[in-house]
Amino acid sequence: MSNTTVSVPQASRLRLKIGPRQLLTAVFAAVGAGAVFLLFNAIIGGQCDSQCVIGTLNQSVRYAAPIALAAYCGLMCERAAVINIGIEGMMLMGSMVGYGVNVYAFTWMKQNGMDAATAGDISRALALGLAVVSSGLLALLHAVVSIRFKADQIISGTVINILAVGLTGYFYRQYLAQNIPPGPGTFPPFDIPLLGQIPLLGAIMFQGQKPIVYFMLVATLLIHYVLFYTPWGLRTRAVGENPRAADTLGVNVYRVRYINVLIGGLLAGFGGAWFTLEAVDVFNPQMTNGLGFIGLAAMIFGNWTPFGALAGALIFGLGNTINTTVSIFRPDIPSQIPQMLPYILTILVLTGFVGRAIPPAADGQPYEKQ
Amino acid sequence: MALASPPIASVRQTHGEATTTLQATGITKRFPGVLANDRVDFDLRQSEIHGLLGENGAGKTTLMNILYGLYQPDEGTIFLGGQPTQITSPHDAIAQGIGMVHQHFMLVPPLTVTENIILGQESLQPATRVLGRLSALDRRGAAARIRELSHQYGLDVDPDAYIKDLPVGAQQRVEIVKALYRRAEILILDEPTAVLTPQEADELFVIMQSLVRQGKSIIFITHKLREMFAVTDRISVMRGGKMVGTTTPKQATSEMLAEMMVGRKVILQIDKAPAHPGAVILRVDNLQAQDDRHAMTVHDASFEVREGEILGIAGVQGNGQRELVEALTGLRHVVAGKVELLSQDITHATPRAITELGVGHVPEDRHKHGLVLTFPVRDNLVLCTYYESPFARGLVINAAAIENEAQKLVKEFDIRTPSTDTLAGSLSGGNQQKVIVARELDRPVKLLIANQPTRGLDVGSIEFIHRRIVEARDRRTAVLLVSAELDEIMTLSDRIAVMYKGRILDTLAASDATREQLGLLMAGVKGGAHV
Ligand SMILES: Nc1ncnc2c1ncn2[C@@H]1O[C@H](COP(=O)(O)OP(=O)(O)O)[C@@H](O)[C@H]1O
Ligand SMILES: [Mg+2]
Repeated sequence: MSNTTVSVPQASRLRLKIGPRQLLTAVFAAVGAGAVFLLFNAIIGGQCDSQCVIGTLNQSVRYAAPIALAAYCGLMCERAAVINIGIEGMMLMGSMVGYGVNVYAFTWMKQNGMDAATAGDISRALALGLAVVSSGLLALLHAVVSIRFKADQIISGTVINILAVGLTGYFYRQYLAQNIPPGPGTFPPFDIPLLGQIPLLGAIMFQGQKPIVYFMLVATLLIHYVLFYTPWGLRTRAVGENPRAADTLGVNVYRVRYINVLIGGLLAGFGGAWFTLEAVDVFNPQMTNGLGFIGLAAMIFGNWTPFGALAGALIFGLGNTINTTVSIFRPDIPSQIPQMLPYILTILVLTGFVGRAIPPAADGQPYEKQ
Repeated sequence: MALASPPIASVRQTHGEATTTLQATGITKRFPGVLANDRVDFDLRQSEIHGLLGENGAGKTTLMNILYGLYQPDEGTIFLGGQPTQITSPHDAIAQGIGMVHQHFMLVPPLTVTENIILGQESLQPATRVLGRLSALDRRGAAARIRELSHQYGLDVDPDAYIKDLPVGAQQRVEIVKALYRRAEILILDEPTAVLTPQEADELFVIMQSLVRQGKSIIFITHKLREMFAVTDRISVMRGGKMVGTTTPKQATSEMLAEMMVGRKVILQIDKAPAHPGAVILRVDNLQAQDDRHAMTVHDASFEVREGEILGIAGVQGNGQRELVEALTGLRHVVAGKVELLSQDITHATPRAITELGVGHVPEDRHKHGLVLTFPVRDNLVLCTYYESPFARGLVINAAAIENEAQKLVKEFDIRTPSTDTLAGSLSGGNQQKVIVARELDRPVKLLIANQPTRGLDVGSIEFIHRRIVEARDRRTAVLLVSAELDEIMTLSDRIAVMYKGRILDTLAASDATREQLGLLMAGVKGGAHV
């Protein structure tokens, strides 16, 4: 009896199995989303028609991207038992580097006679690449400190957050605060050919989004495949649950952890680049605004699975979007109130779901080879 | 079991001239402050079961870890098939045909049997092989191979089950299949029977015999003498890091092996006068408690313990004993039911209230719950009473009184420690346990709850603690003894209750309980039917 009930969540962790539990969850989610919209519509005086609903959801997917990428960073690390609370700092670094490179590379190329359109494309791509690399370097630092030197991973993550605030703040004051040359702007949106035609879903997910959002969606599938269908994923999960067992079978625990933390850092870099290469064409100190931590909440909500984390990120994205829309339609409501929404959601989600979420058993423990 | 298996104790035909497959000579291994292996010689013949016997801490696991490449020896040579070799890592050991089933299983509970077995040697879908580590796993192919192996050697495993849903016996079979999957010719089984019921152990012996019949060679470690006689071809005994000698089951006797193991004559039975139970001290009614994952692991447990008797709770580890003891001592929330001590309801009492009512508790995990390892022996000896006179005067500790008490207990309980100032964490296991027993028995306790009181201890300490428990009983203390060691239960108890899946399946008088009867109950079989 108890055996069967226990094995169900496990099975769902492995495959996208559609069982009664999944159906129930889906029904709850749909009813919940409907209720949120009714409430939302009541607040803004019934001004949200179907077009507005689709628009709001489309916007939610956009806002979900950095949260989901932060969550994927967290889950790649924690599946290999390395806790990473430095995601916030990694994203901040990515967003600063992205912005700076975008603006200055563009200026340099134009000065050297390149036409604006080509220079814009190249500098945005370069900016994205370097944003990802810069975040990856911070991840490497975290990996060395916590894997090689076995330091406390929470402290290492905190140090990375502080370091990122300091470094980005410095570069901001030196180069990005005033007299910035005109840049090429953010990535332009585009539609995905066939997928964009899917009724409803196409308009929400695959129309008018920018590259990092699409990348996030692809990354969900890729991570799911890697974690649950490949030798690498099997080793990662084993290392996260029982590193000694993996070690006795000849799996190099340290290597698995290094690579996963590094991949996590790269994913966080994409999340960081989203802020300055997709959302807005400016950089502010601390503009990631805690989304890295909300990403961790989404990861926990999703029970350390990519699809679960995406669901969590979408909920937070929705909260964020609704808050923006409310402030447009109802300027009389103090903006602080809708702004609290994502954080209230975080608390609700964490209190409601954390009890059932089971982290990898070795999470946060440095591995001592005997 | 579908195998045409010979009776357990039958002696297999030993072929005239057996070849030596693995040999280790002069193995020395030092750990900080410990000489774990001291010039040990050991050899394993083709198709034999070689038993390795020794007390806890004798160095058996260390020697095996060296053969499996987990440790590098400081001195000594290993020969495989007559050739000197180096085993630099478990990976290397696997490549050279050595497989090991560790004392503590090396399994990943949330993964399936197949995933656990293929980990590190994954079979891949041919079409995706170009992707290397990122190619798709061939779970079905691997599962088929596992079924084949399990059929060939009579190891019943379900490739699709999750490890955490399997009983220990099945987990152990998975460990064996894991080694066979890697084409191990030599199998090291480190204390495989510690977690099994006697019947499960017998099933394992059948499997072991099937393995050697098909050409495998096995090193089998245990500290239970009975098992040595049941399956081995030869027996080697280790003591204090040294190899004491090698013999055969035909030449050896229990007394002789025990003496080799301990280094002196051992009395295998302890003298115990018949019990004279008096009034009921502890009454437990339909107790229910959950484990940390909120699974109900104690269901409707009901029993009573009387003054002047020892009630033993037998059962394979993990059948709710830990939660039961924690619920009784106030360390775990009682979901339902009632606990009465001396007719007082203590169901939801705090641990301190329960302690003050006269309950002594020797917890299962002496490092985590029995001692503050970073405190000196002295302080550990007054952990239950430090706030009372004479150890405290108001808010101030009376160091002199505590020191006096500590000196007295160290002498009385023969605690071998350099001083009362020594940290508890640096004592040997036996002396740590004596500190706990001293602390818990020095008070006027009405009820002593001892959970696995001698696990991992040397024979000397075991004898000492057993004697203290019987003495406490003779002083009219009620004793609740929980142990997974059937021998311990049978030696000490006056009545024996068997716990299975959170229930007290049956309670028997110790005088007429047999090992077979208890073993069946421990496996959940009552009156011929499985519950
Ligand atoms: N990794 C280690 N570090 C330090 N001491 C160890 C280590 N492993 C074992 N020992 C010590 O070596 C001795 C032998 O231990 P072990 O081989 O585990 O004995 P056995 O398996 O016979 O019970 C013990 O004193 C133990 O404390
Ligand atoms: Mg051992």
